[in-house]
This record gives sequence, structure tokens and C-alpha cells, in this order.
Amino acid sequence: MARKKRKVPGLNGSSLADISFILLIFFLITTSMDTDTGLVRRLPPPPDPNQLEEDVKVKGRNVLVVQVNMNNEILYYYGDEAKRVTVTGVQPGDLRKIAKEFIANPENKANMPEFHPADPPLPLLGAYPVTKNHIISVQTDRSTKYEVYFQIQNELMAAYNELRDEFAREKFGKYFRDLTEDERLAVTGVYPMKISEAEPKKYGGN
Amino acid sequence: MGKFNKGGSKEVPELNTSSLPDLIFSILFFFMMVTSMREVTLKVEFETPKGTEIQKLEKKSLVSYVYIGKPTKEFRSKMGTASQIQLNDDFATVDAIGEYVYQERESMPERDKPFMRVSMKIDKETQMGVVTDVKMALREAWALNVVYSGGKRQ
Repeated sequence: MARKKRKVPGLNGSSLADISFILLIFFLITTSMDTDTGLVRRLPPPPDPNQLEEDVKVKGRNVLVVQVNMNNEILYYYGDEAKRVTVTGVQPGDLRKIAKEFIANPENKANMPEFHPADPPLPLLGAYPVTKNHIISVQTDRSTKYEVYFQIQNELMAAYNELRDEFAREKFGKYFRDLTEDERLAVTGVYPMKISEAEPKKYGGN
Repeated sequence: MGKFNKGGSKEVPELNTSSLPDLIFSILFFFMMVTSMREVTLKVEFETPKGTEIQKLEKKSLVSYVYIGKPTKEFRSKMGTASQIQLNDDFATVDAIGEYVYQERESMPERDKPFMRVSMKIDKETQMGVVTDVKMALREAWALNVVYSGGKRQ
């Protein structure tokens, strides 16, 4: 049977554009391009229930306490009982300066954190003296406004970021974000971020 | 002269649209890449605070959201005006956060699980009591990478 060779008709592709248009419009509508921004923090792991209630002894000179009461008034104090410095009526913007001074303790004051040689030694810097035991504790009341807490966190992070930037400029002649991996580890080792997330307490009133 | 176009037709040749589908397809693929389908309908109102040390969050697929704020107008008669927590599409209590984190983590590929982040979109006026309860719940659920969502202040 000698069949006549039949010609296959070409597929009409003119509607392909319409189909892809419909898909395009669907994804155009459902898409959301905005990326989220915010303060990136790490919470401490949950307390171990098996561990005995054992208060970790922290020397008074190593702690900077920032307290906010129910009326959103801020105070901070640091130092041992004897040499305690307490400042009230603080604005969030003032915290950056004191936090920087407290963390770095440039004048080696007795009521600010003591220096210890870094252990294990830091890359590039070795046993550099660091205030590794310092803690900044932010304590809020349950009625404190979130805005105030956020601004305090922002200022404290700004303090760390500025210290790290200054140190990186001085030691390596670069900004912190341009450092290599080893240099970055060294700088974060000198200024480890230690902001404690304490549970809120009630300070008088309701 | 008049040598050119002597006997040629004066009609404008039709535009060749055969490459149009390819063009559209490439735009389509772009939007398919950047799109994220998991959009929730917000039942709470919030205005996040603004700061200077704001970082941009890469990789949307790693981020889960917790919203805290006042209920929107239509829910106010039912829920009141006190701060409420919203997870996914519905109001929730603090106790539901552990389960929510667990589900979000299970839906991630294994290699991404350690990098999970929880972004807290919290209204400025919220009281810290609620925020702290949420934070404690996140700690209990081992969702330790958190973000206090906020805009950039100049």
C-alpha cells in the first residue's frame, strides 16, 4: 500500500503568548518584593530544668544594668556596691556613649569591667586583654512600651558596632564589614556582644 | 531618480511576534523566582519602630513571622483592643507558639533548619509583658535566631 505521505500541519503558537501572559499576571499579583528588615539578635538557650538554681556569680563591676519602669523612664547603673554609679532620667540616645565606655573601659576604671587575656587566644591578636566577663542587662517592666525597648536594643547594638568598627580601623585599617574571616573573629573576640535578655520584673507600682 | 520602490507594495510589513512568548516567559520566570506565595491576611495592626542598626534579611524561605498588635477594626468587637498575637492566619495565644515553631521547622529542608529565623513584627505601643512571653516561648522552642522587625531611621 503506497500511502500518500501526509504533511503534518504546523502547530499554531499564536496563543502561547496569551497563556504566558495570564501566568505572568498571576505571579505579578501574588508576588511581594518587600524584604523584611530589623534588629537581628540571638536569644540564650532555654534554662535547663535539671540544673540546680545556681546563681552565676557575676562581679558587680562587670554588669551594666539598664532598667526601664512602667512609665518608660530609663535608668542605668554599674559598678560594685561601694563604687556604684547610678544615672536616672536617661534618654535611649544617651546609652550608646556609656555602653561604649563601659564595654571598652579605656581608662581601666575600677567600677567598669576588668580585663582578662583572651582564652583561647584570638586569631592574629593572641592573648589580647579583653573585658570578656562584661554583661549588659536590660530589664523592663511588663508595662514598658516596646518602642522604648527597641530603641535601647538599637543603641546597645550601635555601641558594639561602633566599637568594632573603630577597633577594626585601628588594627587592620578597614571597616568591620570588609574584614577577612580571621580578622572578624579577632574583632568579635575583643568585643563579644553580651546583652542579657532578662525576664521582666515588677519595679514598684503596677 | 525614482529608481527604488518601483513596483513594490506600499504596505507596512507586519510585526513579527514570534519571539513574544519567549519574552513573556522570561519575565514570568523572573516573577516565579522572586514570588513567595505564603502571604497571610493580617488581622492585627502594627507599626514597627525605626532604628539605625537595621539589617536586611536574606532568604525569605528561612523566616517565619510572629505578629503582635491591636486587632483590626473588624475584629475589635470580638477581640477587644488589647494586643493580640497572630500566627499564620489566625489569632493565637502564647502557648501556640511552640507548636507553630515546630511546624515551621518541620516544613523546612533539613539543611536549612539550623538557620531558621523568627521575625517579630511588633507594634510600637505594645507592652513588654506580651513581648517577653513570646520571647520566652521562642526560647523554649529553641527558635533562638530572632529579629525585631523595624524600618531604617535616617
